[in-house]
Amino acid sequence: MNATKVVAPTTTSRSVSRKFSLGGLFKAREAGIVLALIALVAFTATQNSRFLSAQSIRDILLGTAILAVLAVGQATVMITRNIDLSVGSVLGLSAFAVGSLLQANQGMPVIVALVVGVAVGAACGVVNGFLVRFGQVPALVVTLGTLYAFRGAAYFWAGGEQINADELPGHFLKFGNSSILGIPWLVLIAVIVLVVAGIVLRNYRAGRELYAMGSSPQAAELAGIKVGRNTIAAFLVSGALAGVAGVLFAARFGTIDAAAGNGYELNVVAAAVVGGVAVFGGSGTVWGAGLGALLLTVIGSSLAVLDINQFWQQAIVGALILLAIGADRLVAVRVAKSLKKRDSHV
Amino acid sequence: MSDKRPAWLSRLASWDAAVIVITVLVLLIASGVVENFGSSRNFTFLLLDLLPIALIALPMTFVIVTGEIDLSVASTLGLTSAVMGDLWNRGLPIETIIPLCLVLGAVLGALNGFFVTVLKLPSLAVTIGTLALYRGLAFVVLGDGAVADFPRAYTSWVTGTIGDGPIPNMLIPLVVLAVVFGLVLHATPVGRSVFAAGASEQAARFAGIRVARLKFWLYVVSGLVAGLAGVLWTLRYSSARADNGLGMELAVVAAVLLGGVSIFGGKGTLPGVLAGVVLLATLQNALRLQDVSNEALNIVTGVLLIISVLLPNIVIRFRAALRRRATT
Repeated sequence: MNATKVVAPTTTSRSVSRKFSLGGLFKAREAGIVLALIALVAFTATQNSRFLSAQSIRDILLGTAILAVLAVGQATVMITRNIDLSVGSVLGLSAFAVGSLLQANQGMPVIVALVVGVAVGAACGVVNGFLVRFGQVPALVVTLGTLYAFRGAAYFWAGGEQINADELPGHFLKFGNSSILGIPWLVLIAVIVLVVAGIVLRNYRAGRELYAMGSSPQAAELAGIKVGRNTIAAFLVSGALAGVAGVLFAARFGTIDAAAGNGYELNVVAAAVVGGVAVFGGSGTVWGAGLGALLLTVIGSSLAVLDINQFWQQAIVGALILLAIGADRLVAVRVAKSLKKRDSHV
Repeated sequence: MSDKRPAWLSRLASWDAAVIVITVLVLLIASGVVENFGSSRNFTFLLLDLLPIALIALPMTFVIVTGEIDLSVASTLGLTSAVMGDLWNRGLPIETIIPLCLVLGAVLGALNGFFVTVLKLPSLAVTIGTLALYRGLAFVVLGDGAVADFPRAYTSWVTGTIGDGPIPNMLIPLVVLAVVFGLVLHATPVGRSVFAAGASEQAARFAGIRVARLKFWLYVVSGLVAGLAGVLWTLRYSSARADNGLGMELAVVAAVLLGGVSIFGGKGTLPGVLAGVVLLATLQNALRLQDVSNEALNIVTGVLLIISVLLPNIVIRFRAALRRRATT
């Protein structure tokens, strides 16, 4: 919890070194993930050349796209020192809402489906935001509750019903599988979400306020930042992006039931944490979260290609979370020590 | 604390007392309205169903009162169950397997405790990590298969009742443990240290309480009890599976908070928590008898969880407003 407070004073030294690095886009954590990714891909490819086939890469990218969109929303919330565990359920609600709408209106354009998904997700996000803001209870408890409430609502609505690919309009399924200039639509959307969120968080006042809130809520309040309003906005963004992810999920798989996205929250939190977003706010980037999503997806398909028991995947996710927060702690202790040393010379 | 509050209001405002009253009311209404709810057979099932939640809720109360959380309990239950099945497959005698499983639970808890108290990592993040890790290991150990054919003597005792009555045998260890945990929390220095650590960790440390050591042992106990719940779960359904108890951490946390324990630490009572467990189990049991689907029950659990954390805040604000009006 103290990590962020301790790290804060180093911003000056970081902005100096920024000139020499790749535009400061990548911090040490991101570089580490990229290295791990390269090593993993290289090793897996030498074991089985199938891993680098076009189809395999496509699958990895499509899987990453959905997870990355969710992880961007999660990063936005976690930066404010909150957490949104309900994203998997929101994805399920949105996917089923869009699926049943398309089932009834075969001519509905994809963009309308996206808007509906965003609206459903945003509504769920606003519920989370209001409960956290006005209930003054930890987001963990609220979103643990809405995780089950939203999932229950999806089951209530869907019953045992399942929407199959042959009931969905062709143009929607094509959207899930086709590409533009060689880039699948899903990946394109994920990249747009990443870039927009990354720029807003990094360069705009609205984004910087979220970091300030996460570093020290009291100080942010004193500095005149509307903490309550921003909290609701962050949950709205996370919900809306989970809604987008629901539409992407529906387009990619074509088969939707009330269990869509069940258990995703764990992978989403893992992606953000592994990508360097601190659980207690104030630091991390959406780039990191996106890379975390890519790493988790690559691990998943590596295990499959290497013929390792798929059940290892969840254990690896857990181990990665522990490793990531442990590494953060280590860095924080180091920085605190070096600061103390520097102060003693003054 | 205001002194001129009317007695009825202060009693109502004591959330855990209110939960006990609500629980009794729900029990009465359910046995009047819901068909078969009052049958002795259903009563036995109700008690057997709430057993694992009640067991795990005991140490969870301690953990949450100190201001921490343990989300890995259901995964610990699952991993213990999987290991139990694996060892049974390998032909170990059940008398060896059960103590081994309890040790395993304690070790898994100690790992949580190590991360939280020695490495000083946030317990929320740690136990989300071990939630995934332990559940993943459970699947690594046992895959998605199941191991059955545990000795009849054990399984029938776990599912059996005292005499021929409706009270399951398993209620005996539960009551014994509940009394022990209750006494420790409310009548010993250890219990006072737990509350002190939750109210203000710094103040507790100045008062000479070794907060880190206390928390470490609470995680060990939490893991040990989750391991015990895993053993009992396996014997009750005579089925060791890696997904046993999947998602149960929500029910436990919901019951504890419903019972009036503050998520911020420092506040709560064990009788309130047990009432919370009974209330949750009764509502789910009654709704299930009414043919409400398992999935729809999730709404009830989720909404109850949210209400139980919101309501104390509303009561506090309501009381503050009353006090303001009284002073002007």
